Amino acid sequence: MTGTLIDLTYLVASVLFIFGIKGLTHPRTAVRGNLLGASGMLLAVIATLADQSVLGSGAWGLGMIVGGVVLGGAIGATLALRIQMTAMPEMVALLNAFGGAASALVAGAVLAESSAPSTQTSVATVTSGIIGSVTFFGSLVAFDKLKGLMLPDKPVLFPGQQPLNVLLGLTALGLGTLVVSDPSVLTSYGLLVLVGSILGILLTIPIGGADMPVAIALLNSYSGLAAASTGFVLSNDILIITGSLVGASGLILTRIMCKAMNRSLMNVLLGAIGDESTSAPGADEVYAGKVKSASAEEVAMLLDGAKRVVIVPGYGMAVAQAQHQVRDLANLLEGNGAEVEYAIHPVAGRMPGHMNVLLAEADVDYDKLHEMDSINPSFKQTDVSLIIGANDIVNPVARTDPSSPIAGMPILDVDKSRTVVVIKRSLSPGFAGIPNPLFAADNTLMLFADGKQAILDLIAAVKDT
Amino acid sequence: MDAFLPLLTIFLLAVFVGFEIITKVPPLLHTPLMSGSNAISGITIIGALLSVAAEGQLSTMLGFGALVLATINVVGGFLVTHRMLGMFKKKDQA
Repeated sequence: MTGTLIDLTYLVASVLFIFGIKGLTHPRTAVRGNLLGASGMLLAVIATLADQSVLGSGAWGLGMIVGGVVLGGAIGATLALRIQMTAMPEMVALLNAFGGAASALVAGAVLAESSAPSTQTSVATVTSGIIGSVTFFGSLVAFDKLKGLMLPDKPVLFPGQQPLNVLLGLTALGLGTLVVSDPSVLTSYGLLVLVGSILGILLTIPIGGADMPVAIALLNSYSGLAAASTGFVLSNDILIITGSLVGASGLILTRIMCKAMNRSLMNVLLGAIGDESTSAPGADEVYAGKVKSASAEEVAMLLDGAKRVVIVPGYGMAVAQAQHQVRDLANLLEGNGAEVEYAIHPVAGRMPGHMNVLLAEADVDYDKLHEMDSINPSFKQTDVSLIIGANDIVNPVARTDPSSPIAGMPILDVDKSRTVVVIKRSLSPGFAGIPNPLFAADNTLMLFADGKQAILDLIAAVKDT
Repeated sequence: MDAFLPLLTIFLLAVFVGFEIITKVPPLLHTPLMSGSNAISGITIIGALLSVAAEGQLSTMLGFGALVLATINVVGGFLVTHRMLGMFKKKDQA
């Protein structure tokens, strides 16, 4: 296959990727979009295999290629088919990590192979090395935190953290200059990757819990930028186009997530939430004598008379794996003539769109899943808002107290509905670490229980009434 | 450096295309967008293939590592996205 033909095939593949992403703008066209993207990838791989240097690499080279593809394909397929929908944030974190690492490795390989790389190649190699290693280790930390393995879900902060990060960043740039000035010394690139790796870990440990959606989206963007940068290393159009598409996608999601928490990206990256001792009232002051607890039977009677019910899921629903029970309850209420809808806050859960995927898994019609802005005006006409495992995203303090850590964060206006039922184990605070006056409001009933069990009890009780 | 400017042009234009399309992706599909974009950022697989086929032993080894990781992204990313998207249904079609 000639170079021109290969480049043309790459161009077709790039167009397919763009159409693929375009398909994701509507659930009806999304499956086809994903298939278009996959066929673009297949085309690109076939074209590369037809390249003279790859075809002519001998039995050993071709054996390595087949081996690598089979091994990677098997791992990828196993992950994709086995992963539970509740664990999607972990899966995406892993994929981000691999994307970053692959880019840094390819850049290193090109550096090792070329005797006198151009300035463009060496500078791009440095960029790939830094972004790739930061992405890899940053994503591994995110994965670890999501899975709750070694690191705490909470932000990890220590004195001198920021100066240390700046120092590491400068060291990486210094090593980068060394790589560019003398590309033949591969040790410089190795050290650069090492420093980038440490930086990746240190940049991600201060981000915790409910800030995870931002971290995941940002690392997603990095993995795209690393691929684009590797495109500059190879002077390859398709890597540049694809990498910048992914980079843009991650950046947009990052911005949406930050806006949904009314925080700057810097504030999130520095893990600044919760560590400021504000003048927020203590839990006792907010809750004492005002919290009304209800039994499943009482809530069932309330639901039985309700004409419109809005379900507000949060990370707690994912932890309790209660999405299927929630759907059963919704179906039951709909069978009794009620209108049931879902209100999804942009940062509910641990990654962008987390709640939507869980409810889709439970066969909830996607037309019933509403974004915050579209459902907020309708809470006034809502009889019962049922909150399952959400806290900060329904905390009215965001509207009223400018000194609160969540001040100005857009919230779901559940407190405007006639009755609010909160299913929660205890009055423990959410990620922001502040009490929620909603729990003590006159129109709020607390149903203290495990998420899944509470819904099961409600289903049984509704059937009895 | 001759090739640099055209490449930079492509990069910037692609960023704009990305912003234009992705802004239109509804929050409903943000998770599949992330896993799907992970799959296409597995395009590094091309660079990995070229590196594995290169002469030097070090670049072959590094390329092999990249090939395995990029293939995980491509296969895992597209498959898990497909699995997820299959779940988004409207009742009347289901």
